[in-house]
Amino acid sequence: MPKLLWREPIATTTIRSGPPAEFAPAPPPGGATTAHRVLTVGDIAGRESGGLVVLLVAIGALTLASNQFLTGSNLANLARQVAIFAIIALGQLLVILTAGIDLSVGSVLALSGAVTAQLLVAGWPIPLAILCGIALGTALGIINGLLVTRAKLPPFIATLGMLGIARGVVLVITKAKTVQPLPQSFQTIANGTVLGIPNLLIFAVVIAFAIHLVLTRTVFGRYIYAVGSNPESARLAGVPVRVVTISVYAIAGLLAGAGGVLLTSRLGAGIPTAGTGFELNAIAACVIGGASLFGAKGSALGAATGALIMGVLNNGGNLLAINAFYLQIAIGVLILVAVGFDQLNTRASAGRG
Amino acid sequence: MSAAPALAAPAEAAAVLELDGASKAFGPVQALSNVTLRLRRGQVHCLAGENGAGKSTLIKVLTGAHRADSGSFRIEGEPVTNPTPAALRSLGVQAVYQELSLLPHLSVAENLFMGRLPAHKGLLDRGDLRRRARKALDDVGLNNVSPDAIVERLPAATRQLVEIAKVLTADTVKVIVFDEPTTALTEAESKGLLEHIKRLRDSGVAILYVTHRLEEMFEIGDWVTVLRDGGLSESGPMSEYDEDKLITAMVGREITSLYPDTHKVPGTPLLRVRGLQRESGGPTIDFDLRSGEILGIGGLLGSGRSELLLSLFGATPIVAGEIQVDGKSVKPTGPRTMMNAGIGLLTEDRKVLGLLPELSIRENVTIASLRRGSRHGLLPPQEMSDEADKLLDSLRLRAGSYNQPVSTLSGGNQQKVLLARWLLTKPKILVFDEPTKGIDVGAKGELYTVIGNLADSGLGIIVVSSYLPELLGLADRVLVLKDGAVAGELGRAASEEDVLRLASGGGQRPQSSANGSNGKVDAGA
Repeated sequence: MPKLLWREPIATTTIRSGPPAEFAPAPPPGGATTAHRVLTVGDIAGRESGGLVVLLVAIGALTLASNQFLTGSNLANLARQVAIFAIIALGQLLVILTAGIDLSVGSVLALSGAVTAQLLVAGWPIPLAILCGIALGTALGIINGLLVTRAKLPPFIATLGMLGIARGVVLVITKAKTVQPLPQSFQTIANGTVLGIPNLLIFAVVIAFAIHLVLTRTVFGRYIYAVGSNPESARLAGVPVRVVTISVYAIAGLLAGAGGVLLTSRLGAGIPTAGTGFELNAIAACVIGGASLFGAKGSALGAATGALIMGVLNNGGNLLAINAFYLQIAIGVLILVAVGFDQLNTRASAGRG
Repeated sequence: MSAAPALAAPAEAAAVLELDGASKAFGPVQALSNVTLRLRRGQVHCLAGENGAGKSTLIKVLTGAHRADSGSFRIEGEPVTNPTPAALRSLGVQAVYQELSLLPHLSVAENLFMGRLPAHKGLLDRGDLRRRARKALDDVGLNNVSPDAIVERLPAATRQLVEIAKVLTADTVKVIVFDEPTTALTEAESKGLLEHIKRLRDSGVAILYVTHRLEEMFEIGDWVTVLRDGGLSESGPMSEYDEDKLITAMVGREITSLYPDTHKVPGTPLLRVRGLQRESGGPTIDFDLRSGEILGIGGLLGSGRSELLLSLFGATPIVAGEIQVDGKSVKPTGPRTMMNAGIGLLTEDRKVLGLLPELSIRENVTIASLRRGSRHGLLPPQEMSDEADKLLDSLRLRAGSYNQPVSTLSGGNQQKVLLARWLLTKPKILVFDEPTKGIDVGAKGELYTVIGNLADSGLGIIVVSSYLPELLGLADRVLVLKDGAVAGELGRAASEEDVLRLASGGGQRPQSSANGSNGKVDAGA
């Protein structure tokens, strides 16, 4: 049949996500320097520039509005607030890129953190306790992956189940009580600094950079985008779709576990209700950073930017003594605007194509 | 079989629907040119033509899905000014499609009246709904189907009848278009459906019947219109046609020059398939392929061609059978295994089973070869993208940049991208499923040349095509499938008539091919 029934062309590399991009200190478009790489800087900055602009505007506005914002202590504080949250969002991003979703990260974080705390209270050596906490998160992630690939449950359902189970388990094993006291040396992991830079920030940056490299430089990263784009096509091109899918849930679980350990360290206690609602915040960070819930669109830089935006807004709200309830409204609006602009762009480029 | 008894001299009856000089182009492709069609009350009008002849486009023009670029369209003498689907439905043009338009999870009654459910102030009037559904079902002879039955639990034939019942509940029914309604039905079910269509005809409805099955046309057709390459080939009373004349009208044309004229002596055996069985109790398939050979696989829609390719490629599991690639036994456990063994598959449905739409052209080409070129899991070095670029250049891909998303390309160029993907894996055997589906004539020629060159360079090629000139023009040997089994094998000199006869099970016994390496013919169960 002559009629071509293709999906409408999607946003091309020259499209930035949203009008604010025009006022941006424009990132170099689709790169002369990197033209050989398949995913160009242009692609990445293209989908992120909206988020970057929002971030810069927010930082600029807060700098003007509050003389406390651009102080070392506040920035260190901000970094601590955002770091764990960014780590979770990066794990979530991998799942979202495969067109999946992981609702269990918040509960897994709490469970991993609480188990680590209990092991420490029981006198286990710190490295072993940390390893167990992270391994537990990874194992739960693998179970999520198996539920999705083997039991063929929709990711939403599989991880919704895990959300309930992990939260229930943590409440049972802790009897809903805070687990403490924890050794001081464990608490310095998240609260310490190196050369004045908070450890947490270093962790988050390293992880973000690692995820960025995985997504842009490795075969596995390319496979993640392929699975998110069209799993059946990917399978017929020899992509091990199941292994990739299980792996992204495992990594999301691993990072949730790591986040749990870090949060426990930061708070100096295992808190069974920690991480409630983190999953939605992580999804919001990815979406604000340009990720598409339909898969195959998004980047590590974007997710990190999204997490930063939400952190900056919260931080700024505190500094300016804005009612925290208004901040929730603002973040909700931000999500709608981010996705709305993306839709507009997609439609505009489809109209041209 | 001759035509059904002529109730009245059909040509004299007034035309309910008249289409004159209709043309429709999609970009450079002329899908329909200057077609005239007259549907008369109480007459079954068959529409014949090969795949791509323009049947679907014509139906879409009639039902309002497409608007003709030119030509006049009248219903009962009144010009149709606004040919939208809704307007045409209210004018009495109804259609029953081969892909059922029913909502599988809802009840029969809800499906019948979807969009105009009886209600008072938004509250569903269930009694009235059930009553009206009952009557509609009785009208099509479905006395034992409950209006509350859930559609997906009904057998295919019943669903097809529900679809007809739905069409008949429309306020005005003057014309019903049947688009290959028997594709999913068994022989007996088809018979029942044809009987039903005859009853509709006798009640004075004008019917346009589209099918690939010649025997059905002879059974119920009063009049036949044959399309060829988007134009009108012939039109006349069914009684003036026999099978041969109809096939000639559908085919009759020389375009062999489009095809590569390279058939050398096939080389060493590359692929050996023995006893391939897709489901237990199903038919088994044997065949061979040599290097430098193009093997065509023909058959009607649903004869199991694509399924054979998918199981050969390890994409769908098989029950039994042995596959040898280049002398080595391979278990088709997955696409990856078969890919590593040296097989590449270009699927029929590029959108669903081929492309990664969000990814760039270059990413789409390299995706299957990443692992081979990768060290320590890192993306392969620059050379691979350079190689991909060279392949794309040599295939003369027309794109602004190889970084643009693959979804922005035209069908022919997308096919080139997929071809490049598989060539990059350095395959021994390339399998094409409907390689030119949705591709315009110019790109088709290029693709044929490439396929010919690949065979010349020693690859084994398998081509599945519904388009007979293409199948015969390309292939050195043609395997014809019917109901999942090999119905016969034809040599290079085969005619389109031979293929159609084998494929539709008409007369002729399967014959051994002259030059095939496998003279054995397995008619299966």
